[in-house]
Amino acid sequence: MPLSKADVEHIAALSRLVFDADELADFQTKLDQIVTFVDQLTAVDMDGVEPMAHPLDLTQRLRPDEAAADIDRDRFQANASDVADGFYRVPRVIE
Amino acid sequence: MAAATIAAQIGALASGAVRSEQLVAEALAAIDTLQASLNAFITIDGDCALAAARAADARRAAGDALGPLDGVPIAHKDIFCTRDVRTTCGSRMLENFVPPYTATVVARLAAAGLVMVGKTNMDEFAMGSSNETSFFGPVANPWDVTRSPGGSSGGSAAAVAAGIVAGATGTDTGGSIRQPAALCGITGVKPTYGLASRFGMIAFASSLDQAGTLTRTAEDAAWLLQSFCGFDQHDSTSLDVALPSLTDDLNSPIKGLKIGVADAFYDDGLESGCRDAVEAALEHYRSLGATVSKIALPNLHLSVPTYYVVAPAECSSNLSRFDGVRFGHRATECSDLTELYTRSRSEGFGDEVKRRIMTGTYVLSSGYYDAYYLKAQRARRLISADFAAAFADVDVIMGPTTPTPAFGLGDKVDDPVTMYLNDIYTIGANLAGLPALSVPCGMVDGLPVGLQMIGPALSEATLLRAAHQYQQVTEWHQLTPAIAGEVPS
Repeated sequence: MPLSKADVEHIAALSRLVFDADELADFQTKLDQIVTFVDQLTAVDMDGVEPMAHPLDLTQRLRPDEAAADIDRDRFQANASDVADGFYRVPRVIE
Repeated sequence: MAAATIAAQIGALASGAVRSEQLVAEALAAIDTLQASLNAFITIDGDCALAAARAADARRAAGDALGPLDGVPIAHKDIFCTRDVRTTCGSRMLENFVPPYTATVVARLAAAGLVMVGKTNMDEFAMGSSNETSFFGPVANPWDVTRSPGGSSGGSAAAVAAGIVAGATGTDTGGSIRQPAALCGITGVKPTYGLASRFGMIAFASSLDQAGTLTRTAEDAAWLLQSFCGFDQHDSTSLDVALPSLTDDLNSPIKGLKIGVADAFYDDGLESGCRDAVEAALEHYRSLGATVSKIALPNLHLSVPTYYVVAPAECSSNLSRFDGVRFGHRATECSDLTELYTRSRSEGFGDEVKRRIMTGTYVLSSGYYDAYYLKAQRARRLISADFAAAFADVDVIMGPTTPTPAFGLGDKVDDPVTMYLNDIYTIGANLAGLPALSVPCGMVDGLPVGLQMIGPALSEATLLRAAHQYQQVTEWHQLTPAIAGEVPS
């Protein structure tokens, strides 16, 4: 089933992206092509095949939880557009 | 000299025939000459590079060289974080991002004395096969500037092919080192997943991304790879294995090497010129004492659709960090937090990145997860098992790297699925986490084409030896585009 305009608007909202009408139409066309292309997977019988999440089937290694601070806050925050007193500033969240 | 190989530069530096400052000055002059036509670099750091070169020369003069590579110029793909040097990932989102730390790959190469001359252009967030999705404009192929150098490591490939530097770093998520290496006529290596640290390498699809090299020769690739591969505690998927020397064995003969070829790599999309070049390369291998036999990869045809579920899914998660708050582009005059996120992302990302984020969001969304994401993970298992079965019988799988030589800039940019099919031969190795490389193996209408080799996990030494032995009896890797002649020397 082709992706509808409403589908694409829903996916955009979940993705935290916004489009004007022309862009939305273009994304609808191209996303539909992509989804149609990957749909060929659904035709293949893969019952009983174990899903593979890691290419070498390894599990994640853990390290001891020891604090190591080799970067300071000011250096990190130098990349933020709006900081004050060591905090990140955003539009008001709570009225 | 800058256009020579790393091996030649090592020799010249050791003998005192050349100083690092000369090599770096030549590389910077070459960037200056070719930037307008190739657009291979995003950020050039001339003063810093010359200072590092002079420091390398001083160390060597004092008998304290960091190793044979001390003073060799290198370019880094702009996906690797470099402390105090802007790192854009080819995106407006990170146009002004200055990392507070350095990627392990870059740090290790710096510790070996390599001198960074600049950061190379790339598809935005490494999402593309033509370098046309870069916010900083496309890169041109040095063999024909109306054509694409491939992507996403297109800037690194063009810089090496044009003789600006002898070596550059790249990353390969679905072919982003091997495909541009093939289209630019150079050697590109993607190591085994987990062998090169991903720390400080801006994430696209974390279970597929792997750092590697773009060089003229396999020998040069071995020099660079053994300088940066190996365990890193800062990458939770780093392999904790002993790394064998990659340069020691290059000259051992390959008599008895078992090569597998699969029909899956010879589909209708493969141009006859590419096919003929690969056939001729296999003949060279037979004459070197290798055997060539048929193997089956019955699920390889599923690799592109599998990849275009898995990679976008991981991309949509990884790129959720770009919210305009802590780093990256931030929209102004937003009335609430959702508007801040949404407008920052919509203004900061280009169309292909948005398409991947949305595809990933869709395949992970409620009601579609089982149909797409879980199914793709199952297909990934089947593809991986095919490779494992093949490697019970052969040492290396060979075939074409790409279906065609370099295509024209603009030819495929409006058709995402056609663009995706460019990576049809390269994606399988990423899904299975296998090492793979591309070496130049011929010319078709004045454009280079590549021979791909895929090996079992951790077989880098064998792959590099096979490539090096081929390069001892062929000259494809020594051809340089006419534009390289414009480089001052």
